[in-house]
Amino acid sequence: MSDQVTIVDYHAGNLTSVRLAVEKLGRTANITSDADEVRSASRLIFPGVGAAGAAMSTLEALDLHAAISDYAATGRPLLGICLGAQVILEHSDEGDTPCLALIEGRVVRLQVPEAAKVPHMGWNGVEQVRDHPIWAGVEDGSPFYFVHSYAPAPGEESVAIGLTDYYGRFVSALARDNVVACQFHPERSGRIGLKVLDNFLRWNP
Amino acid sequence: MLTKRLIVCLDVREGKTTKGVKFQDNIDVGDPVEMAQRYYEEGVDELVFYDIGASPAKKDILMDVVRRVAARIFIPFAVGGGLRTTTDMRRVLLAGADKVSIDTAAVRNPNLIVDGAAQFGSQCIVLGMQAKRVGRSEAVPSGYEVYVEGARVAAGLDVLRWARQAEALGAGEICLNSIDADGTEGGYELEVTRMIGEAVRIPVIASGGAGEPEHLRQVLTEGKADAALIASMVHFGKYSIPEIKRSLARSGVPVRLTW
Repeated sequence: MSDQVTIVDYHAGNLTSVRLAVEKLGRTANITSDADEVRSASRLIFPGVGAAGAAMSTLEALDLHAAISDYAATGRPLLGICLGAQVILEHSDEGDTPCLALIEGRVVRLQVPEAAKVPHMGWNGVEQVRDHPIWAGVEDGSPFYFVHSYAPAPGEESVAIGLTDYYGRFVSALARDNVVACQFHPERSGRIGLKVLDNFLRWNP
Repeated sequence: MLTKRLIVCLDVREGKTTKGVKFQDNIDVGDPVEMAQRYYEEGVDELVFYDIGASPAKKDILMDVVRRVAARIFIPFAVGGGLRTTTDMRRVLLAGADKVSIDTAAVRNPNLIVDGAAQFGSQCIVLGMQAKRVGRSEAVPSGYEVYVEGARVAAGLDVLRWARQAEALGAGEICLNSIDADGTEGGYELEVTRMIGEAVRIPVIASGGAGEPEHLRQVLTEGKADAALIASMVHFGKYSIPEIKRSLARSGVPVRLTW
């Protein structure tokens, strides 16, 4: 299998840190907005920060909407990060946006008290509620870096592989078949984050 | 549980880390890339690089520092100093920074916050704010005024009003530096930090005055700050990052202890 990792660029944030993390782990990264390159990728990272509505509009305009779904259907590994972990669900409450529907469920606003800080920004622990290859060698409860105001709410509980507490627990990592996704930023979570990313790069579902 | 962030600030002038007291008397303390790597390995939660007084011709030196740092450290870092346009912001973000810090430029042109947030997301935009205690007046009801131009010039703005306005314009965080406390190592200015922290819903980073771990405990609890910025405490080897974090943990402040 090719060592190359394809990173989807749909103008939703800065991809430099994801690319540098992939390179640090000894792989080459191809950042692309090309639908055919996404379809033929051997390993795909779907990152992103920003608003769900704008992201989905751009994905559709670039024909990446269909390309990511086609890629996911091949059974090859896909990692969603942050916004990329949200828009793989069916619907986002952010801007009432229909999403890619690779996994059943919705994206909901974090439920926090009036005075609480939003976004949820900083380092927080992830409880590994289910085994998954991305957790290999990662201590349960390890801290990761988060920046977000919405979070995944998958339809089936069995999809959740990580939970995080911010005024109540939310799903911070989820997986089904060849798709795995994390609300946190593994590329910005130090050595432990790089371990999760490396686990994904070695994963052959 | 969300932990309180410990952020190390590196003032960079012509490719060297410097440290001044009250914005004067800067002395070189080391290579910013090596220092960044060391703090990363010691478990710092975030870094910020401020370009101090570099002439436009020297901007490429900072960009080189940003690129080298980005290839070596995998935690969030911000870059500030002399960013006046969204084009300036884009350059440092593409070089690998996660956030940009704007200060004087945002006071002169508040739309820079709006445009930066629209193009890169609010999470990228840190508003740097220099606060000076001036006493309450009609123009400055909180008693703290915003200063600009390297904290030399009064902006005629109340810090509380500016903080709320910046949040409304789309700033993602506020880094509040007390001019009075900066470089004294006598402790953060708790009153103004708490005032801002309670006035906005975006995270507040306290800056200026850290000399010992107890000062961080104070500002992260009584001062209601979400993060504490330090510089000379660690630059001169008086404390290490793990020492500070262990001290905070012992006094009940939630911090990241594994990395």
